Amino acid sequence: MSEYKKPNTTEEFEKNFSQKKPLMNPTEAYFESSRCLTCYDAPCIQACPTGIDIPLFIKQIQTKNLTGSARTIYSSNWLGNACGTICPTGVLCEGACVYNHQDVPPIQIGRLQNYATSMAIKQEKRLFTAGQDNGRKVAIIGSGPAGIACACELRTMGYSVDIYEAKSKPSGLTLHGIAAYKITNEEVTEELDFLTNQLGLNFICNHAIESKEQLLSLESTYDAIFLGVGIGPTRSLALEGEEKENVVGAVEFIEELREKQESMSIGKKVVVIGGGNTAMDAASQSARLGAEKVTLAYRRDKESMGAYDFEYKLAISAGVDSLFRAQPVAIVGDEKATGVEFVQTESIDGKLGYKADSEFIVEADLIIKATGQAKCLPLLNLIDQLDLDQRNKIIVNENFQCTNPQYFAGGDAVNGGAEVVNAAFEGKQAALGIEAWLNNKQS
Amino acid sequence: MKPDLSINFAGIKAPNPFWLASAPPTNSGYQIMKAFDAGWGGAVWKTLGVPVINVSSRYGSINYRDTRMAGFNNIELITDRPLADNLKEIEEVKKYFPDHAVIASLMVETKAEWHQIIKDVENAGADGIELNFGCPHGMCERGMGSAVGQEPSVLKTIVEWVMEVAQVPVITKLTPNISHIVDPGLAAVQGGTNALSLINTVKSIVGIDLDTFAPYPVVDGKGTNGGYCGPAVKPIALEMVKELAKHPEIMNTPISGIGGIETWRDAVEFILLGAGSLQVCTAVMHYGFDIVREMKSGLEEFMIDKGFNTIEDFRGKALPNVTEWKHLNLKHKVVAEIDSDKCVGCDLCYIACDDGAHQAIRIPEDNENRIPEIIEENCVGCNLCSLVCPVEECITMVDRPYEGEPITWHDRTEAGTIPTTFDDDRAGGKHHFVPTVQDALKHRN
Repeated sequence: MSEYKKPNTTEEFEKNFSQKKPLMNPTEAYFESSRCLTCYDAPCIQACPTGIDIPLFIKQIQTKNLTGSARTIYSSNWLGNACGTICPTGVLCEGACVYNHQDVPPIQIGRLQNYATSMAIKQEKRLFTAGQDNGRKVAIIGSGPAGIACACELRTMGYSVDIYEAKSKPSGLTLHGIAAYKITNEEVTEELDFLTNQLGLNFICNHAIESKEQLLSLESTYDAIFLGVGIGPTRSLALEGEEKENVVGAVEFIEELREKQESMSIGKKVVVIGGGNTAMDAASQSARLGAEKVTLAYRRDKESMGAYDFEYKLAISAGVDSLFRAQPVAIVGDEKATGVEFVQTESIDGKLGYKADSEFIVEADLIIKATGQAKCLPLLNLIDQLDLDQRNKIIVNENFQCTNPQYFAGGDAVNGGAEVVNAAFEGKQAALGIEAWLNNKQS
Repeated sequence: MKPDLSINFAGIKAPNPFWLASAPPTNSGYQIMKAFDAGWGGAVWKTLGVPVINVSSRYGSINYRDTRMAGFNNIELITDRPLADNLKEIEEVKKYFPDHAVIASLMVETKAEWHQIIKDVENAGADGIELNFGCPHGMCERGMGSAVGQEPSVLKTIVEWVMEVAQVPVITKLTPNISHIVDPGLAAVQGGTNALSLINTVKSIVGIDLDTFAPYPVVDGKGTNGGYCGPAVKPIALEMVKELAKHPEIMNTPISGIGGIETWRDAVEFILLGAGSLQVCTAVMHYGFDIVREMKSGLEEFMIDKGFNTIEDFRGKALPNVTEWKHLNLKHKVVAEIDSDKCVGCDLCYIACDDGAHQAIRIPEDNENRIPEIIEENCVGCNLCSLVCPVEECITMVDRPYEGEPITWHDRTEAGTIPTTFDDDRAGGKHHFVPTVQDALKHRN
């Protein structure tokens, strides 16, 4: 049974979706920053995909050098503010904190990072300047974290950068795909404005790149093209009845929720199919939207779920019920779906088997599929000599350069779907890769 | 634009004012080269001199609650490595880092020894010399270190010997173990020194082992006084730097500030009191050379924020504001204000004021949140409540206007308006609120 009532006002929505990592107040920041041991060759830095110098930025908070602290953070990660709240820090920097070995709570690195960067953003501290125009032009397809990181890094080096975005607003996953209790739309927008104002990022929204002609035009106009296209819509489950209107994809569900907030409608009985982090987000948010019963259905056992343990616990604490070893076989109902038919599974020598005559139906008026996303194949297949691996991920070298050398790529389209912080790292590395490649070509 | 951190200290040039003090972190070329690569602008080599033997068990520290090494103490002597090795390494360091400052700290006994060792380090390429008249343990028992620093006339004589031959700038390092720092400071200037540095360590016993009754650091059941340093000694150092920087016969002599510098804030404080370079030891012994990055970053942001382009732009800026007590405005009035939204109800301010100061805070009886109130008519503006408050920006001291022009004790002495008897209505404290005996004893059963 869910613990939340349906939110009808902005206040109620904000309460149900209260931030998991709220902004610290100055006292919290003072005490928390004082606890950092300033480890040598700190494990937290090693655990950060972008390698932020965490002990340094924490010491800078401690000595009230918040501008310097924000500078330290952004010099490694162009989405320093967003990553402070949305990174799974428990398995990254905070998981590596040496305090864990003494059963002392680790330093709240994510929140400190968010604190320092929030201060810089609020006070509009001038942290970056665009480099002197170097005459080179790069097109970026997709304005998500990877694209933004790549663009920012290129701007500091003096590149002219155009960022093409299919949707009406830039930001990609941070605005559309992250659970609403991890970051607010305002925070995402404020950080992007902060970067845009200082570096002059040129977003071209409502401009999908989807034809060969467009690609040819980009190839002739730009020195290099960065693919930050992410992964596409929710994959089909090939289930009978899947096309019914109250059967939705988790990615689409979260996107609609982030946009509509309290005006988002939710079913009374929700079934979420899947065992990854997106499934946990969808289930947890369904409960917070006031659904009476939310069932998380996964075809294997709990231990086999891809989701982080803390994400699962968060969903359970929001009142979500879990159903393991349940494989969906059909969506039932006439015009609208009224439930999901499952069959019980069992593991036979590590392989998934079905128990005979074990079919059962779970009633639902909203069914959310969180069973992976299709890749952006229609676009990628239009690009000459662009090799993909068996799972349709773009193949890149250590400089994030594709097999077609004019193209570079990073983020989910390359890693198959990881964290925002991974995209931030890859986008930045790709920018450095572009610089190295063009320099090499010139010399 | 990035501010320029470079300095020219008495003719010794360095890319920034952050130098390593003569101490264990500057014991070898290996360490100093690592330090320069990490961003330090200069290093004062661990003191070269006569042969010594060190003991095992050398350092002790004060841990203040969970803060390790808030104060630090050592009984280590000057370098115990052969002079020839050190000279060779000075030469090597200068080869790799021609633009960084390498200063040789020296301590020998006779005039001939001083002349010889100065020639040696100059030949090795040292950019400057620092005379160690500060070490308060071991070496002073042999008539060197603080034994010299505590005798201004001896100190002056040795500085004169040094100045007879020195070709590079000479910095005289002073001991704080003296009642009036101006005496050795002036003696050094009169002896012709090019610059001063201070403070060396403070004579100390850092603690006693409660089981063996021996002082730390314990050497085979015994101990001796050591030299105290680290964050705890900064206020002593700041005061002594100020004393010299304001003295008319010393103020033109460059001062290198030493004592508890760990963050950019400490560094700025020393510069504001007149220091032209900064020396750091304990912070490096705690965290390694990398801490200089925090110091440089903070210093740069401070300079950008305030619009300073060079260190000289703000060096000594606090000196005009450091005055004698008799020149403070007696009419100035601040009172405490408690932000009840921020208050967490620890009531430390209440008990600090009631037991430790001026009985100017009350806790209202019907107050569920334990939020205390300032009794403004009793508040003398001592700051204590704001100092003990654990919440950032919760208790602030607020200016209250006063009538007429400011007036000081000095002004009043001149005008003949100072109180001379306690029943004089102009005497301070006469109208202070004092609770009754009953108030004091009300918690008795």
